[in-house]
Amino acid sequence: MEFFRFKRDIPFMRYALVFNVISGVTFVLAVFFLATRGLNLGVDFRGGTVIEVTYAHPVDFNRLRGAIDKLALGEYSAQSFGASDTALIRLPLKEGVSSAKLSEQVMTTLKADDPSATQQRVEFVGPQVGRELFENGALALLLVSAGIVGYLAMRFEWRFAVAAIIANLHDIVIILGFFALFQWEFSLPVLAAILAVLGYSVNESVVVADRIRENFRKMRKASVTHVIDNAITSTMSRTIITHGSTQLMVTSMLLFGGETLHYFALALTIGILFGIYSSVLVMAPLVMWMGVSREDLVKPEKKAGLEGEKIVP
Amino acid sequence: MNRYPLWKYLVIGVALLIGFVYTLPNLFPEVPAVQVSTSKATVKIDNALLAQVEAALAAAKVPYRGAALDATGVKVRLPDTDTQIKARDTLQAALGENYIVALNLLSASPQWLSAIGALPMYLGLDLRGGVHFLLQVDMKAALDKAADRYTTDIRSLLREKKTQYSGVGREGNNVVVRFRDDAERNRARAEIDKAFPDLALREADAAGGELRLIAALKPEAQKRIQDGAIQQNITILRNRVNELGVAEPIIQQQGADRVVVQLPGVQDTARAKDILGRTASLEIRMVNEEAGALEQALAGQVPFGSDLFTERGGAPVLVRRQVVLTGDRINDAQPGFDQRTNEAAVHVNLDGTGARIFKEVTRENVGKRMAIVLVEKGKAEVITAPVIREEIGGGRVQISGRMTTREANDVALLMRAGALAAPMEIVEERTVGPSLGKENIDKGFASVTYGFIVLSLFICGYYMLMGLISTIALSVNLLLLVSILSMLQATLTLPGIAAIALTLGMAIDANVLINERIREELRWGATPHAAIQAGYERAWGTILDSNVTTLIAGVALFIFGSGPVRGFAVVHCLGIMTSMFSAVFVSRGMVNLIYGGRKKLEKISIGQIWRPDATTPPGTPAAGR
Repeated sequence: MEFFRFKRDIPFMRYALVFNVISGVTFVLAVFFLATRGLNLGVDFRGGTVIEVTYAHPVDFNRLRGAIDKLALGEYSAQSFGASDTALIRLPLKEGVSSAKLSEQVMTTLKADDPSATQQRVEFVGPQVGRELFENGALALLLVSAGIVGYLAMRFEWRFAVAAIIANLHDIVIILGFFALFQWEFSLPVLAAILAVLGYSVNESVVVADRIRENFRKMRKASVTHVIDNAITSTMSRTIITHGSTQLMVTSMLLFGGETLHYFALALTIGILFGIYSSVLVMAPLVMWMGVSREDLVKPEKKAGLEGEKIVP
Repeated sequence: MNRYPLWKYLVIGVALLIGFVYTLPNLFPEVPAVQVSTSKATVKIDNALLAQVEAALAAAKVPYRGAALDATGVKVRLPDTDTQIKARDTLQAALGENYIVALNLLSASPQWLSAIGALPMYLGLDLRGGVHFLLQVDMKAALDKAADRYTTDIRSLLREKKTQYSGVGREGNNVVVRFRDDAERNRARAEIDKAFPDLALREADAAGGELRLIAALKPEAQKRIQDGAIQQNITILRNRVNELGVAEPIIQQQGADRVVVQLPGVQDTARAKDILGRTASLEIRMVNEEAGALEQALAGQVPFGSDLFTERGGAPVLVRRQVVLTGDRINDAQPGFDQRTNEAAVHVNLDGTGARIFKEVTRENVGKRMAIVLVEKGKAEVITAPVIREEIGGGRVQISGRMTTREANDVALLMRAGALAAPMEIVEERTVGPSLGKENIDKGFASVTYGFIVLSLFICGYYMLMGLISTIALSVNLLLLVSILSMLQATLTLPGIAAIALTLGMAIDANVLINERIREELRWGATPHAAIQAGYERAWGTILDSNVTTLIAGVALFIFGSGPVRGFAVVHCLGIMTSMFSAVFVSRGMVNLIYGGRKKLEKISIGQIWRPDATTPPGTPAAGR
C-alpha cells in the first residue's frame, strides 16, 4: 500500500505566488480578527477567579445567577462546562477585593442555595501573576523563534532560517486568528500547544530543506526551481503520513481529553493543518525568492558525512 | 552490514530492563495508607516509633497490610478507606501531639521495588486533587521592620556611648540622626559604623543648618534581610502546614519574593487558607513564684489570676495572667552565644516601646523568672522561663542558660514565629477536587490509549513488518518515558499526559522518515540491505535536526512556563530524547535482528513499493540523477 504515487515532480514553484497569496490573505484575515475581536484571554493571563461547580442535576442557571447576584460582585459570567450538570463561573479581578476570599464566598452562597453544589476546581490568578504569565509566554515565543533561527542558520543557511521562521510564525498568527475569531479561551495549555506547534512544524521545513540541500548535490544540472519541486514531491509522502500520525493522537485528545485538553488539542489541530501547508509551500518559495543557489549550500569544506554520499545508489 | 555488535544489543536489553522495572510501580493500584511523621526536630523517627505504631494498631485491632519506615516517616498500608480513618484516629490518640498522622495513598507495589527507588510517577495536583497557593511576601514591610529596628538600636547605642544628639528618626527606609555639634557627629558616626556594619552612613545637612547623619541599609544587607524574611516565612508556613496533616506538602521559595505551597489531597481550602494566614502570638509574662502556688495548681486549684502551662521540656510552670509584653514588640530573635560564658543563647531585639517596658519590668523583678509564652491555635506553651539576672535596658535581651545550640535555634525560631517576618498575600490559587483529578487521569489515559491503538494499526497496515517494528519502537519509547518520569519523580500533570500523547504522535515521525527513505531507496533499485543501511543513515541527520528544533521549543517552555505548562515541557523534552533512542537505535536493532542475518535478502516487508515505471531510471523523469 502506498498512498502517494507521483509520476513526476509536481511543479509547486510554478504556483508559488498563488500559495503565498493564499497564505497572505489568511494571515491578513487572522491579523484582522486579532485586531478587531482580540484574544479571549483566560484567567491565567487576565487574572481573576474561575470556579467549576457540579450539581447532582442539570444546572439551573437562573437560580445560580440569582444566588450569585445577591453577593453583588459586579460583572461575572456563568455558563455550562462540558456536561449539563457542571457550571463554570468566572469572576473578573476587582480592585481592593481580596480575591482569595471570593471563591469561598461564592461557594458558601451556592451551597446554601443548593446543597448538591460541589466545588470541583478553583483557579485564582492575581493581576501581577497574570501579567507575568503573559510576559513569560511572549518571552518563550521569542526565545523559541530566536533559537530556531539560530539553529537553522547554523545548520543550513540564513535564507532557510528566515524563510522557516516566517512560515512558522505565520502559522502561529493564524492559530491566534482562529482563537480570536471564535473567541475560544486562550489559556496556558494553549500557549504550550502553540510553542509545541512552532517546534514541530519547523521539522517540516527542516525535512524539505535537508532534501533541497541533498538535491543540490545530486542534481548537478537541475534548475533551482526544479530542485525545490523535486524535494517537496519526494518528501510529500512522509509529510502527510507524519502529520496524519500526529493528528491521530491529537484527534484522540480532542475526542477523549475532555474540556481541559479541548482547546489545547484544537490549537494543535489548526497548527498541524496549516503547518503542513506553510512550512512547505510558504517556506520553499521564500527561499527561492531570497535567491538561494547551489553554491550557498554545497560548500566544498562542508561536512558531507550526514549525506553519506558514498551510498548513493 | 546490517548487524549490531553484541554490546549494542546489550545496551538495548539493559535499557529495556531498567525501563520495565521503573515502569512497574505505575501498574500497581494505589491503596489507602496512613503516614506518621513529625515536625519537631527533637522527635526521632526510628524503629521504636515503628514498633509503637504496630503495637497501637494491634491493640486497637485495626487490620493493616504492613508498616514500613522510611526517611519521611512511618507508612502503614490499609485494606480500605474506613480502616484508614480508624487507623489515623487510633494512631493520633496513641502517639500524641508530637506526631503528624496524615491520610495518604501508596502504591501497592512490592517492597523490593520501593527499596530500589522505583516509585510510581509523581502526580500533579490537577491529577490527584489538592490546593496550590502562590504567596507573595511583602518585602517592603520586611525592610520597614528592619529600619524600625535600627532606629531603636541606634538610639540605645548613642545613649549607651553617651553621645550628644538631638534626635533619631526614620525617613523612608533611612534612619536619620540629628546633631548640634560636628565633633559629636563624628564620634557617633564612628560608633555606629563599628556597631552596625550593615549600615552605610553619610552626612547630609538640612537647610536650616542642622547637622544630620543618615544611615541606610547596604544593598547586600537589604538582600540578606529579604532572604531571611522569606526563609523565616517558609519555616513558619511549614510549621503551620504540618498541623493540617498533609502527607506530602511542598513549600518552596519561588523567585526572590514568592513561596509556593502545594497541599495534595487537601479539600478544605477555607481551613487551609485560615491556617496559612494565621498569626501565632507571643507573650512575655511573669512566673507566679509564690510559695506553694505551683503545688496547689498541680493539685487542681489554679490560683486566681494565673495559668498553669507546661514548659517545652515538660515541666509545669505557673504563669501570671497579666501580659508584660507582646510578640509584636519583638523585632528579631537570633540564636548565638553568650559573650562571657560562651553558652548557647538567644539574642532578642525589642522595639522602642518594648525596650522601655522591659527595662522597667526587669528593674523591679531582678532574681525572678519570666515566661515567654507562645499562643497558637488558642493553646499556650512556655518556650522558656529564664531568670532575670539584672536590669535590662536598650531593648537588647539575651536569654541564656542550660540551652543547647539546637534549643537556642528552636527558641529563636519560635520567638520570631510570633509574627511572619513580612506579611504575605495569596496571588495565585488553584484547587482541584479529587473526583476531577480522577476524571483528568482517566481522560488523559483514554487519549493516549486510543490514539496509540489507532496509530499502531495505521502504521502496521501501511508499513507491514517495518510498521510493526516502528510500533514496537514507539512502545519502547512510551516505556522509557514513563520509567524516566518515575525515576526523576517529575510531576506529571494533565498537560504532561497530553505531552505524552503528542510526543508519541511526533516520535513516529522518525520511523516514518526512515521507512519512507527505505522505500525510496528500494524504488531506486537499491538492494534491501543497502536500502536499510541508507534509509537509517540518511534519515538520521533529518531526525536530529527536527528533534533539536522541537527540543528548543520544549526548553523555552520549561524556562518560562509555570505549573502545568512546565509539566508539559518536561515530558515533551524527555519524550523527544527517548524517541531518538527508541526510534533509531532500538528499531534498527530489531531490523538487524530480523534481516541482518540473512545473506541473500530478497525483500523487506515494508508494504508495497510502487514504481513509476520499472524500466525508466529511478526517481523522476527530469530528476537528472
